Amino acid sequence: MTLMPNEIRQPDRRGFLGLVGAGLALAATPAWALDTNEARALIQTSLDEVYAVINSGQPPAQMYRAFEAIFARYADVEIIARSALGPAARQAGAAEFADYRQAFQGYIGRKYGKRFREFIGSKIEVTGARPVKSFYAVTSVAYLKGRSPMEVEWHVSDKSGKSRYFNIIIEGVNMLASERAEIGAMLARRKGDLAALAADLRQAG
Amino acid sequence: MLLFVTAILAACSADRGAEGINDPYEPVNRKIHAFNRGLDARVVKPLGAGMAGEGDDGLGSHALEAVGNFGSNLALPGKAANHLLQGRPAPAVRTSFRFLVNSTLGLAGFLDPAGKDFALPEEDTDFGETLAVWGMGEGAYLELPLIGPSTTRDAAGRVVDLVLDPMRGWLNRDQYLIGIGARVASKAGERGRFGDSVDSILHESADSYAQTRLIWLQHRRHELGEEGEHIDPYAE
Repeated sequence: MTLMPNEIRQPDRRGFLGLVGAGLALAATPAWALDTNEARALIQTSLDEVYAVINSGQPPAQMYRAFEAIFARYADVEIIARSALGPAARQAGAAEFADYRQAFQGYIGRKYGKRFREFIGSKIEVTGARPVKSFYAVTSVAYLKGRSPMEVEWHVSDKSGKSRYFNIIIEGVNMLASERAEIGAMLARRKGDLAALAADLRQAG
Repeated sequence: MLLFVTAILAACSADRGAEGINDPYEPVNRKIHAFNRGLDARVVKPLGAGMAGEGDDGLGSHALEAVGNFGSNLALPGKAANHLLQGRPAPAVRTSFRFLVNSTLGLAGFLDPAGKDFALPEEDTDFGETLAVWGMGEGAYLELPLIGPSTTRDAAGRVVDLVLDPMRGWLNRDQYLIGIGARVASKAGERGRFGDSVDSILHESADSYAQTRLIWLQHRRHELGEEGEHIDPYAE
């Protein structure tokens, strides 16, 4: 009983194609690429750090600096600051932009940090992650005292070269869109003067 | 009446602007916003702070919760009707059971055993959502005196909710007004509890009108499943 050549070749060819396919898949997915697990882990770690600060009981001013450091570590501050500034970011000089970016980072740490009391005794559970367009959306649910559970979504990207989140969406309310409106209004008040905006940001939040 | 409906439909078919915001009445809206903001600072905020001021577990906050429960319970038949009009029988049935349980075991709605023991939480809806389900567009952004942010579609929905509320047929006028009073009081109490969020938007932002409009519209669209595209700042 000899096998027909066809019957031998078929599985072989499939095996070969399979190997090529696997090789291509490996080549297309570099080892550092962001995946759902990594995106999820990034948000979990940053939340753990935020809660460690909230539960530390240190004075508020110290907490705001700690929140700012966590924000700088896990968020893509560069793209958030750039997007919040809008078209004006393209006209800004490098040094001028860097100064604004630094002021923006401190402003975010204070503005959102100020709300830490609402999070005492609360928890945020990371529930899942999924790819969206060119980035990942990590979903979580916030259980705050005396409020019904809130959906919180984090958008994570590795486009900056590192895995960082660049937007937080709480029950549909988008941090990036909200800061665009706010920074836009602050810049308009200063008639487009970026240095004056940076100075205002250092007082705000 | 026909003219009113036609005007609303015309307003609702207008396109959303560049930022996804359709606000042709902005000058008037801003005047009303300034009024609402002043009212918040001078009346609602002090009142809310007084009501929620006794600490998280104080008697004041429990009394406030009971008053809020009582007011929301009276709104449940209207919500059940809206769920039905949206072609969603399951939440309509759950909302009816919630009303029955809380009106009896919950002592006329002051307590919430349906939510606490029967896994029947409040499933919020209104006629504005019904209009959205029926395919009506969001319309123009409006800021209403005392009530706050809305749209032409939601404002029309509020009028219908008020006129068609089934409770109006079951309660006498005084009972009905007490129910409305309870809901207003619980709103003032919420102002006290979520004070930091409201302060940050209403009294600390550079353009509190634009911030309120944006945040309210985003949240409302999220509730109705009408959210726009995700922002991808890397693609800009």
